[in-house]
Amino acid sequence: MLSIIDYDAGNTFNVIKAFKYLGIEVQLTDNPEKIMRSSGLILPGVGAFGPAMETLEKKNLIGVIKEAVLINKIPLLGICLGMQMLFEKSSEYGNHKGLGLIPGEISAIPEKSGLKVPQMGWNENHLKKDETDFEFIANEYTYFVHSYYAVCDKKYLISTVDYGVEIPAMVQSKNVFGTQFHPEKSGKVGLNILKTFSEKVVK
Amino acid sequence: MLAKRIIPCLDVDNGRVKKGINFVNLVDVGDPATIAAEYEKQGADELVFLDITATNQERRTMKEVVERVSSQVFMPLTVGGGIKSVEDMQALLRAGADKISLNSAAVATPKLITDGAKKFGNQCIVVAIDVKRNVEKDYYEVYTHGGKTATGIDALGWAQKVVKLGAGELLVTSMDKDGTKSGFDIELYQKLSALVDVPIIASGGAGTSTDFTNVFRESTVDGALAASVFHYGEITIPNLKKILKNQGVNVR
Repeated sequence: MLSIIDYDAGNTFNVIKAFKYLGIEVQLTDNPEKIMRSSGLILPGVGAFGPAMETLEKKNLIGVIKEAVLINKIPLLGICLGMQMLFEKSSEYGNHKGLGLIPGEISAIPEKSGLKVPQMGWNENHLKKDETDFEFIANEYTYFVHSYYAVCDKKYLISTVDYGVEIPAMVQSKNVFGTQFHPEKSGKVGLNILKTFSEKVVK
Repeated sequence: MLAKRIIPCLDVDNGRVKKGINFVNLVDVGDPATIAAEYEKQGADELVFLDITATNQERRTMKEVVERVSSQVFMPLTVGGGIKSVEDMQALLRAGADKISLNSAAVATPKLITDGAKKFGNQCIVVAIDVKRNVEKDYYEVYTHGGKTATGIDALGWAQKVVKLGAGELLVTSMDKDGTKSGFDIELYQKLSALVDVPIIASGGAGTSTDFTNVFRESTVDGALAASVFHYGEITIPNLKKILKNQGVNVR
């Protein structure tokens, strides 16, 4: 079964609703054994990087998630802040260590004239990977709310959006996936991301 | 690039969608979840739910409506009306809202904006401002309580203040234009845009697709909100977006 990692992230219930709507069974859990026995993992997230990592640490989930992903090879999808936490570190309000599952770091969106930070709204995805189950994301708009973004090697990009800088929208390194946007708030395309993850990536 | 947002507003009274014509005569146009699903299908970018009578009648928020809508509709939802505490905000966010809109409560207790922003992030806190031109004294005046109470507060100064307090977005309704279908108050949005750098949603006055084109071309507002023209099908969103695209406005 898919597990949504329970650490009081703000969008948890909306993510659950989306899976429920799709008829996909999920469990909300912070139990290490249940996490290790999952077919796939979802790491939701809204808010600031530091406090979210602290919560994961307090719940002793950092090692569990790493082991599940790296040793048991369980596919994981991080959403919004959950995606940012997959990277090595973030400079949001100080320096914080991430889960380090994808090489790269989280930086502030550079302030440019006319661009408002946070980026809030629908932006158009540009496909950056030739062979992916998520090819359907090409030229589709998805919903973003964020002030920080991932800086990483091109090889981890599935799609990007243009917001003054090229912002990684969907990333992947092996069995680890992340979306900067909110699939649970991105209409049909967003639901399709969750469905594809649970049907094609999770086996 | 980021798309300009088209936002239908659902005025809700007792769990049913209403549209207040000039904030007074209410006409029932239906069930919130059904309407929300229809708007999602049409391509609306976001939905705003306002419990328009909540402040006056001291009614509590519409947690159940939000819960029901967010189980069937997967797009950003803003909820306002009768929210008076951080606990109210939390209940609505947990029910599935993405943003909380504060209006009268922000004027009565500006600290509520900061408390909400600190707890949930600036992006969660929308301050709704109802504005009417005070002709006598020549300024934009803030109104509260569903447009019934003049406050004597200058709207331009208020907008700057709420952003400093933590508002992540402004939903600004021109009461002079609301219900007239004569176009958005572009001059007001130009003035506001020059003063604040958070997203601004224009509201009040939408009558035709051209009104949307004009507000997006002549001001830097991030979204435009309307109710009756959408509810009664006078403007359909797919058609509106086609027109906007042809006019060079970036829409989804």
